[in-house]
Amino acid sequence: MEIFQDVVCPVCGCLCDDIEVSVENNKIVKARNACAMGTTKFLNYNNDRIPSPMIKNNGVQKPVSLEECIEKTAEILVKAKYPLIYGLSLSSVESVKVAIELTEEVGGVLDNQTSVCHGPGVQGIHDIGESTGSLGEIRHRADLIIAWGANLQEAHPRHMERYSYTSKGRYRNGKEDRNLIVIDVRETLTAKAADKFIQIEQGKDFEFINALRTALRLEQIQKDKVAGVPVEEIEKLAEVLRSCEFGVIFFGQGVTQVNGKGRNIDGLFSLTRDLNSWTKFLIMPARGHFNVAGVNQVATWQTGFPYAIDLSRGYPWYNPGETTIIDIIRRGESDATLVVGSDPIAHFPPAISKRMITTPLISIDPAHSMTTMVSDVVIPSSFAGIEYEGLAYRMDGLCLPLKKLVKEPDNTMSDEKVLKMILAKVRELKKVN
Amino acid sequence: MHDILIKNGTVFDPINNIDGEIIDIAISKGKIVDKVDESNAEVIDASNKIVLPGGVDIHSHIAGPKVNMGRLLRPEDHYRNLKPKTSVKRAGVGTSCPSTFTTGYEYSEMGYTTVFEPANPPLKMLHVIDEFNDTPMIDKACYPLFGSNWHVMEYLHDNKEDELAAYIAWTLRSVKGYACKLVNPGGVEQWKWGGDVEGLDVAVGNFGVTPREIVKGMCKAVQRLNLPHSIHIHANNLGMPGNYETSIETLDSMREYAKENTNGKPNPIAHLTHVQFNTYGGTNWMNITSGAEHLAKYINNNDHVSIDLGQVVFSDTTTMTADGPFEHKLQTLTGNRWVNADIEAETGCGIVPIKYKKSNYIHAIMWVTGLEAALMIDDPWKVCMTTDHPNGGYFTTYPRVVTWLMSQKAREKYMEKVNKRAKSRTALESLDREYSFSDVVISTRAGTARLLGLNDKGHLGVGADADVAVYNIDLNKIDPAIQYWKVRKALRRADYTIKDGEIVVKDGEVVKSVPGRSYWVDSKVSTDLAKSVESEIKEKFKDYYTIQMSNYIVAEKNIINSSPITVQAEV
Repeated sequence: MEIFQDVVCPVCGCLCDDIEVSVENNKIVKARNACAMGTTKFLNYNNDRIPSPMIKNNGVQKPVSLEECIEKTAEILVKAKYPLIYGLSLSSVESVKVAIELTEEVGGVLDNQTSVCHGPGVQGIHDIGESTGSLGEIRHRADLIIAWGANLQEAHPRHMERYSYTSKGRYRNGKEDRNLIVIDVRETLTAKAADKFIQIEQGKDFEFINALRTALRLEQIQKDKVAGVPVEEIEKLAEVLRSCEFGVIFFGQGVTQVNGKGRNIDGLFSLTRDLNSWTKFLIMPARGHFNVAGVNQVATWQTGFPYAIDLSRGYPWYNPGETTIIDIIRRGESDATLVVGSDPIAHFPPAISKRMITTPLISIDPAHSMTTMVSDVVIPSSFAGIEYEGLAYRMDGLCLPLKKLVKEPDNTMSDEKVLKMILAKVRELKKVN
Repeated sequence: MHDILIKNGTVFDPINNIDGEIIDIAISKGKIVDKVDESNAEVIDASNKIVLPGGVDIHSHIAGPKVNMGRLLRPEDHYRNLKPKTSVKRAGVGTSCPSTFTTGYEYSEMGYTTVFEPANPPLKMLHVIDEFNDTPMIDKACYPLFGSNWHVMEYLHDNKEDELAAYIAWTLRSVKGYACKLVNPGGVEQWKWGGDVEGLDVAVGNFGVTPREIVKGMCKAVQRLNLPHSIHIHANNLGMPGNYETSIETLDSMREYAKENTNGKPNPIAHLTHVQFNTYGGTNWMNITSGAEHLAKYINNNDHVSIDLGQVVFSDTTTMTADGPFEHKLQTLTGNRWVNADIEAETGCGIVPIKYKKSNYIHAIMWVTGLEAALMIDDPWKVCMTTDHPNGGYFTTYPRVVTWLMSQKAREKYMEKVNKRAKSRTALESLDREYSFSDVVISTRAGTARLLGLNDKGHLGVGADADVAVYNIDLNKIDPAIQYWKVRKALRRADYTIKDGEIVVKDGEVVKSVPGRSYWVDSKVSTDLAKSVESEIKEKFKDYYTIQMSNYIVAEKNIINSSPITVQAEV
């Protein structure tokens, strides 16, 4: 039995890197320290693999050789006038780099899950800027933690233990030294664990943030209740924010994907900035996929923009709402889609999914999904952080190395390698043309 | 790889005492050689052109988490420079925070071949290296930040000098750093509770050490480690009126650690960076003025100091520094967008966009201060030309700064447009010094390479790296002091840039993409000390950081062209 120490968990944005993985006969048998989500992936990732490369022929996917798939994919991409490349949040940074180069080569658009999750949070940085920090700063110093529209306990099970509420740092000895306030529309498990839960009405985050900013400036709110919360309680909350030593807000999709979207974020970022005139205050997103932050990082340093990058003009262009995948498909402008490690067909609005399959669809994925089921070309790949190594970025932007723990199945290879083969083929075809 | 012969160029190579002589430069296998067989070599006719060593930038923020946050903060910055993909170039964008490929190309097109990134948290060095791998054309290295590092402050508090030195050596080796950077020593730790330190002798809360002790202790450790570059320091009170006093006090506290060189003079041991931001007189924002005269006097009398300018160029740019409290002050002053990013156990970061306006009194004073420092410090070997990209201006404005140094006329012409009160309250107008081409080569190549300990760079002697720049400046026809705009235009786009013996730029355009190296320093301390310190670090690691020690270490396999420089420490 081989034991791997300090393994980085390739599940959520926490990227816990203290996992001890035991491997027997090329099979993971144990993942110590991992949470339920991590354990499930480490032990069960290998179920439901795509057995072979496939191409759809007369409406039926048929096994073919990998070379045929690569060739077909390259043909589709070269022929397309405005192809989309989407996904990559479950791939290594190295894979993302190849995907950007491929997008540049075919003159398409590269978009990522950010588009449908934390995009407004990223745009908030363009608008306001962000007072943030590394997760260790929270662990050492935070005496006030606010989870706003973020269900840390269920979406990031080890977040509290490693980085926030119950973690032990230099100046804080666990939850006795901290105050956890949850602001959400329903009583989540995180809310149940909190010192205080403030339930606001659905879709009224923006109102509530503004009321809080008013109260923070010690100005009077001319109402009895805002977002279903009595004004006295909002004033009390403002006082808690002002008087802490070191506060932090973790926000989730309960803020970014509800009414107000980017406005909510602008409000929260402004609130955090203003609080730094009273005390020390940070804010950070609780990012979902393990390398969604990595896609934003690499895309930003290579192209200047974090996601929704249109390379059809030759230079990078970015206009969320125009160059974001759902908007492009809704307008019927794209004429091919390459999906890497994501299932948009299952998760996008039905009308968009329906339109997506009217143009050629290619999937690179280790396992079956609704998207692979309807794809014209399916290329099986291996799992980053389990079957191939590379880099990934934690939700606070910290870069960590993913490990290779087991050998990938014979007919699969990493996203990085598959994308490189496609890129080489695309260049070859473009030369011939 | 072809041999190359650069014929009939006017060569400036101060390290080899060549000052505008017409000689041929021969290149083979990436190095400068004595001669090559002309019939088998690619011949570059450099008649009526100048030939210089490739540019070496000692201080430019080009990569890492801070720069990337700057890129993310400023999409509007990118729209001013949209670069399409070509057959050799990747696409890119950006002016004050350009994308990585574009950074490499634009430096190379200006004739630069080496650029050092001056400030990143050790914890984030894997990210820095990841960006270096995507920054083509230039050799790179990074100075990790140590000024508010918990280990450092604790070792100093406990008077453990050997252990401190060994810790620094371990960190540089582990995260692949090149030199030690101090930014607002102690102040950044204070900022994590919302505060700052206001002088060299105010203790950093919870740690019981003062900025003076940090500066002195680090300086001593760096000397004992025999690192190729000195301490790179951004002093306390940066950006504040009257701060030249703090800067001089800081430099003076390090003087005792200087070693003598073969000439009996002290070696430089303190590099005061972006000196312009560290050298203001006055007592408040109304009467702020240049303190360059005081600083220049000190530096003219003390050989343990070098500086870079951090020259302000009037433009819309982005300030970014590990000095979190400074950026917060700047945000409250300007009301501009603001990023703050604190890093556990090590350092912090702040970013604020800024527009330097000619009409603004304070901005004009900043512009004057940098130029006064450059012109009042006599020895060009002590002065490196930078804009602290992007803090004072973009690196692409270097040619403009160079012409200000070379031409009093250029300065006078420009001064007509800047704030009159600033002009009348400073001495710049009365300074008639003009840099010669040799002086310029020293402050942009020879001197920077020497200060960085890069013996194979910054000159064109046999055995040097074949990093060469050829510019279309005919000194028979152009007097840089008079036709300064022609010099500016020529320096903006090199006729040829040669990197490691290959022509990578022709007529100001990249013709070949090369990856460049990543340098880092491995200072060997005694085995027993290294072992005991490593186990101490290991013990503390879990308490200080949120990652495992093994994942903190940057593996060489992650670095394109990893180039370690090994030195022997005295501990």
